[in-house]
Amino acid sequence: MNKNSFFLKIVDWFKHMTFWKSVFLVLVAAGIYSTVVRFVFGLGAATNLSDNFPWGLWIGFDVLCGVGLAAGGFVVAAAVYIFHLDDYKAIVRPAVLTAFLGYVLVIVALMFDLGRPWNIWHPLVMWNPHSVMFEVAWCVILYTAVLALEFSPMVFERFRMEKAGKIVHSIIVPLVILGVMLSTLHQSSLGSLYLITPEKTYPLWYSWNLPFFFFLSAVAVGPAMVTIESFLSSRAFQREIEMPILSRLGKVSAVALAVYLVLKIEDAINYNLFPYIFTFNLEGILYWAEIIVGVILPIVLLTIPKVRENKRGLFYSAILVVTGFVLNRMDVSVTALERHYGTNYFPSWMEISVTLMIVALGFAAFKLAAKNLAVFPKEAHAEAPAHAESYEVVVVEDEAQLRNISSFGMEAK
Amino acid sequence: MEKQVGILVDTTQCIGCMACEDACADRWGFPHTDVHELSCEKNTVVQQWGETYVPRLCMHCENPACASVCPVGALHKTAEGPVIYDVNKCIGCRYCMQSCPFQVPKYQWNKPNPKVTKCDMCFDRIEKGKQPACVEACPAQARIFGYRDELLQEADKRIKQNPQTYIQHIFGKTEVGGTSTVYLAGMDFAKLGFKTDLPKTALPQYTWNIMSKIPDYVLWGGTLMTGFWWLTNRKKQVAEYEERLKHGKSDGSSNENKR
Repeated sequence: MNKNSFFLKIVDWFKHMTFWKSVFLVLVAAGIYSTVVRFVFGLGAATNLSDNFPWGLWIGFDVLCGVGLAAGGFVVAAAVYIFHLDDYKAIVRPAVLTAFLGYVLVIVALMFDLGRPWNIWHPLVMWNPHSVMFEVAWCVILYTAVLALEFSPMVFERFRMEKAGKIVHSIIVPLVILGVMLSTLHQSSLGSLYLITPEKTYPLWYSWNLPFFFFLSAVAVGPAMVTIESFLSSRAFQREIEMPILSRLGKVSAVALAVYLVLKIEDAINYNLFPYIFTFNLEGILYWAEIIVGVILPIVLLTIPKVRENKRGLFYSAILVVTGFVLNRMDVSVTALERHYGTNYFPSWMEISVTLMIVALGFAAFKLAAKNLAVFPKEAHAEAPAHAESYEVVVVEDEAQLRNISSFGMEAK
Repeated sequence: MEKQVGILVDTTQCIGCMACEDACADRWGFPHTDVHELSCEKNTVVQQWGETYVPRLCMHCENPACASVCPVGALHKTAEGPVIYDVNKCIGCRYCMQSCPFQVPKYQWNKPNPKVTKCDMCFDRIEKGKQPACVEACPAQARIFGYRDELLQEADKRIKQNPQTYIQHIFGKTEVGGTSTVYLAGMDFAKLGFKTDLPKTALPQYTWNIMSKIPDYVLWGGTLMTGFWWLTNRKKQVAEYEERLKHGKSDGSSNENKR
């Protein structure tokens, strides 16, 4: 592609303005304005954060929710590469792409939230193994690298770099194992961040089980996000939806949420939370909202085969799971602390605009990747089971080649 | 281990002259103001609770939450006792502010390259054998500088000698595992703006209970994952082999021999 045609493409993009394109432009413009204010005048000028409320929307939503919503990557990668559930192969690439973009965006958001973002590399050389944040930093750095490698074959194929693709493929299993462990560690550690504030956190959200809650809800929300993303991209790219796979993934969410619910009940008994649960103040209502909308309702819906196997049923169940998840993270990071700090934190419009810009950039990056890289399997392959096909065409010499073909062939073609 | 220093604050002695605030502001180069709240321009303040004046400053915990949570070790508890901050390490995550049970660390919200600010017990002065600026400035001896164990003995002595004046509690002796700044008071600490529901356990212990299990997890988790991979891989290989056997028979070719 020469420079001229690239330029023409951009002109073309602006000529064919659509509703969503103009929304995108407005969000990015507002975000850039807030970015300038944030970096020129400091965090105080752009945010509603204060000495009384040091962590707000950017930590609560962009980081805590962002990392959780990208959990689909490790859940699906584990299913395919560690548990050899080959059916999920059709969605492993979109899931890995979403996760990779998700983590990159979390790091972008961190650059806004950190007071001295130019020192973001410090945890690499200045160690404090007692700090949960230190552990999260390392896990996020390593896992983003792992995701970049898991994602790289899509780029290598695009540019016909077969050797590089083979090298990555030969280490994909250890990579995925490493990825699963890193994910487990930092997903749960995001919950551990709040273990050190027992006297500040509203009792409904303080628990020894915080790391387990965070991990379980991440496992539940990962498949839900993959589902939503499949639905949206099926509309955007006029593709068939992989319903049988997605409805089976729905079961994963249901199981994870069920364990989550049991732990929540155990928590209520252990800490005797009933007086708080049945006090219908803001905290009480939000607690019930999460448990009903984000936990009980999706469990019920996803365990009914008719709902799970129905496009709309599955989609709306996934939306509920994500809503409950976001509620939970915002509650732990914002609601649970407001009473103690005696403040009513609500993000400023500039905080919100930065978050929206980051989300918009995420959507744009996904679309760009989906258009130019082999993210989705070709339609024809979605109908016939891919592994059956590859035996017929190729005479298999050894296991390594077999593995190579069965996992690579269908996505590459 | 070296003996640790500390500050004993006797709130019954404080006369509210604010000399400590001024001395502190001079030492840090902060402006002199009449706002008596800790901020990025106030590392110590004197607050009035009814008839009583209560000087506030960093508690310099024995096992500080701020130092334990800092991902880069920008805050640390010195062997001498003070908890000090190194701006050159700081990444600005503000976890110290989030974790401090006394809400001591403050932030320069309106600077593009902000610092965390907090009392460092005048560490540089202590190293030179001097007293902290606020202690030196206090005309009423409401703040006493010394070795922590000796300060605690002194506090005990005062309580025993004047049981009418003091309540039977030294704040900071056991709170969150003990602090280097300790307080005496003539009335319930809750009435003087102190948090009285603090655990006796040092807060970092709450996270360390989980953090210390990570090496175990990595070992077991890694082994388990590899095991699962091996099991399901073997299952798949066997299934594929059997499939090929069947295929070979119906074809009449001899695929089995190849293996």
